[in-house]
Amino acid sequence: MPTVRFHLNGAETEIEADPDRSLLDILRGQIGMTGPHFGCGAGECGACNVIIGDHAVPACDTPLWSVAGKDVTTIEGLGTIERPHPLQRAFITEQALQCGYCVSGILMSAAALLKRNSSPTSREVKEALDRNLCRCGSHNRMVRAVLRAAEEMAAG
Amino acid sequence: MNQQAPDPSPPKLPVSLAANPRLSSWLKFSSDGQVAVSPGKVEIGQGIVTALAQIAADELDIDLSRVQMVRASTTASPNEGVTSGSLSIQQSGRALRHACAEVRRIFLQQAAERLGVGVDALDVEDGTISGPGNVRTSYWELADDVSLDRDATPGVTPKAVTSRTLAGHSVQRVDIPDKVLGRPRFIHDQALPGMLHGRVLRPEDARARLLELREDGARAVAGLVAIVRDGSFTGVVSETEPGAELAVQALRKGATWSDGDLLPDEGDLPSFLKSQPAESTIIDKKTATSPGAAARTIRRQYTRPYIAHASIAPSCAMAQWEGDRIHVWTHSQGVYLLRADLALVLKLPVENITVEHMEGAGCYGHNAADDVALDAVLLAKAAGGRPVRVQWSRQGEMSDAPFGAAMAIEIEADLDAQGEIVGWRHAIWSNGHAARPGRAAQPALLAGFELANPFPRMISTNPPQANGGGGDRNSIPLYDFPSWQIESHRLTTMPIRTSALRTLGAQGNVFAIESFIDELAAERGEDPVAFRLRHLRDERAKDVIRAAATRARWKPEKQPGIGHGIGFARYKNTGAYCAAIAEIESAEEISVRKLTLAVDVGETINPDGVINQIEGGAIQATSWVLKERVRFDHRRITSTNWTEYPILRFSEVPDVEVEIIQRPDIDPVGAGEAAHGPVTAAIANAVFDALGVRVRHLPVTRDSIIAAMELTS
Ligand code: FES
Ligand code: FES
Repeated sequence: MPTVRFHLNGAETEIEADPDRSLLDILRGQIGMTGPHFGCGAGECGACNVIIGDHAVPACDTPLWSVAGKDVTTIEGLGTIERPHPLQRAFITEQALQCGYCVSGILMSAAALLKRNSSPTSREVKEALDRNLCRCGSHNRMVRAVLRAAEEMAAG
Repeated sequence: MNQQAPDPSPPKLPVSLAANPRLSSWLKFSSDGQVAVSPGKVEIGQGIVTALAQIAADELDIDLSRVQMVRASTTASPNEGVTSGSLSIQQSGRALRHACAEVRRIFLQQAAERLGVGVDALDVEDGTISGPGNVRTSYWELADDVSLDRDATPGVTPKAVTSRTLAGHSVQRVDIPDKVLGRPRFIHDQALPGMLHGRVLRPEDARARLLELREDGARAVAGLVAIVRDGSFTGVVSETEPGAELAVQALRKGATWSDGDLLPDEGDLPSFLKSQPAESTIIDKKTATSPGAAARTIRRQYTRPYIAHASIAPSCAMAQWEGDRIHVWTHSQGVYLLRADLALVLKLPVENITVEHMEGAGCYGHNAADDVALDAVLLAKAAGGRPVRVQWSRQGEMSDAPFGAAMAIEIEADLDAQGEIVGWRHAIWSNGHAARPGRAAQPALLAGFELANPFPRMISTNPPQANGGGGDRNSIPLYDFPSWQIESHRLTTMPIRTSALRTLGAQGNVFAIESFIDELAAERGEDPVAFRLRHLRDERAKDVIRAAATRARWKPEKQPGIGHGIGFARYKNTGAYCAAIAEIESAEEISVRKLTLAVDVGETINPDGVINQIEGGAIQATSWVLKERVRFDHRRITSTNWTEYPILRFSEVPDVEVEIIQRPDIDPVGAGEAAHGPVTAAIANAVFDALGVRVRHLPVTRDSIIAAMELTS
């Protein structure tokens, strides 16, 4: 089996696997990192989103070989209970979810947005999250939470 | 105000507690300062666990952080049936409140004895019991001496509403931190030691039978452990998840299926629904004492399509055999009910089966959660005692899970010479809206219909009106029409599998009634809000309508391309009151810009939780109305992915404002299903306001508007 090397949540990572397998399979299966969720396996729902470089992408639609040498961030790398990301704090404050299955992917899309644009409008947030589906109808709270996080980050 | 009467005497136990009176099945105290609370209801993304924890903490006088909520399991939890129908707070909440009040008293009695003071002199603060002269002990100190292995007794009085400190306040949900940190909280994220992975192969054509299966392709896939076949049920077990995926793909290539059953014409659902054999029931009849003379009769027909649960996660379960005992992990809404059906299929006593709940993605009724559990159990038979995790595909989730039933609804109104309603007839044609497991002598689980010795396919039925009804839910008007007749025709054939989806028939019926009312008001040139208020007697109903109207500044000035509409219902006619006002914009497509809602759920335990649920329901309903419709041709379901079955996206979501009318003295009811009907009608009525066309067939799309325009012209 070929080896693929990349940075996962800041750590040097070496994976021996068929390079055509999806990043999601590798993360959830081989590595046991279950934050990115499986929703459709077809790049249609965003439940599996991770950040590669500066962009949020569906891990289910990303072959392992394509992340060689790149930085991959999953929800696990976004923050911890001791040091949550401002987005995670804001989602708690706004109680911005119902079931929360979609939320790890949504947080990654939002985090990628805030990297590019530190003070988005609510319209920009909605656009950035438009490829993420939420079946429970928690959208508006999530948008509010992203705006709150942006403000908090701006205030330092 | 016509508030509900307080609990009738003589005292009775709340229903759930009467069915599960053992206090120890609800509560366990430990000496380290924690209380384990075991409700029979489960978290399905509605925040119920937090609301129940609030109730327990309140009644016991302890800090919320001391409450550990236990997941439901058939080993120990009270059997509370199914978590559905917005009944969790009503049933579980009341039972828990009562149990906690009694347990508090038991502890106080024990403390009084130990401390040598009277019970009435004692106080509890965060579990510490203190009395005059600075004597003190605590639940935790007494935990080992107090046995809760006794039955609850009626007549305990829970705290007065005014002395509850937590209920009525927004608290943060206990499950949210894990979820935003991406911790493994869902069943999908669990890995049991030695776990294998299973996948099931199902036909694409509806109900096709498996004629032949060549296994060589699948056998060649690395990691394969077993291929299972029993009749038309077949699947694979593999060491790895990708291995299971590959093997099931190979198995698909090796499978030969019979022709499937013929599906109805999706483009003409009313003709199909009205031509099928059906069981007809008069749901309600009201006869006028002095009937007014009908000058004319207006008849309208409404339809709603099949709607998919389309949970964001495909259903998942794990199962492990040990000899003739089986342990199942599931996100089913009813662990005991699933167990009952598993027992029927496996022909095992229920004692041999343990069913344990784990959270899944948001659940809006009877989806595939139970089906996949049986799949896992059947595949695990070939796993030599190792646990097997089975997950459905997106395609399976969109085509094999039960759908919310399509409905055709016809309403006729007799109007007198002044245009006042003197007679009202409402008829519904629909499959039943309930085929849940655990309620019949035959199982309701999909694989059960596919075995070599199959069980008959369950035909959905409707719960009785006393339980809120099914296809007929919310079909009895709350308006004061002098006479009416409500009739329900439940199909006795079922080419497309249906079962409970949020609101059952209420969404369709409220859409029909509220659209028609709106039309009749418009015909008279009367304001639709005023018309409704004039025909309602219930002050709580009028209050939500007035509150929504005030908040939305009814009626905003007319602008080109913008429309406003209202919808109202009291869910199940006995639950939450909700009025919705929609503001829509008509351009290329219809978009909903804003929804303003007012709700009355009685006492609100966690107001922010209620707002969250109403908001979620309103947005989901908007998605149903603007986008959703299960697609099929004569052979198979074709809307098997998110492109073919689109749901509302972030950029399409309306602003939602929710106003809660607090009624602390009235028992709380659920909020999860209150908004769907009113929002549906409000949007349709707003479309009329903007365009002057009545769309009577859901979903409201460009096509349905054009069709409606053609019909009018
Ligand atoms: S699971 Fe990757 S986009 Fe849906
Ligand atoms: S919160 Fe349930 S799918 Fe988004």
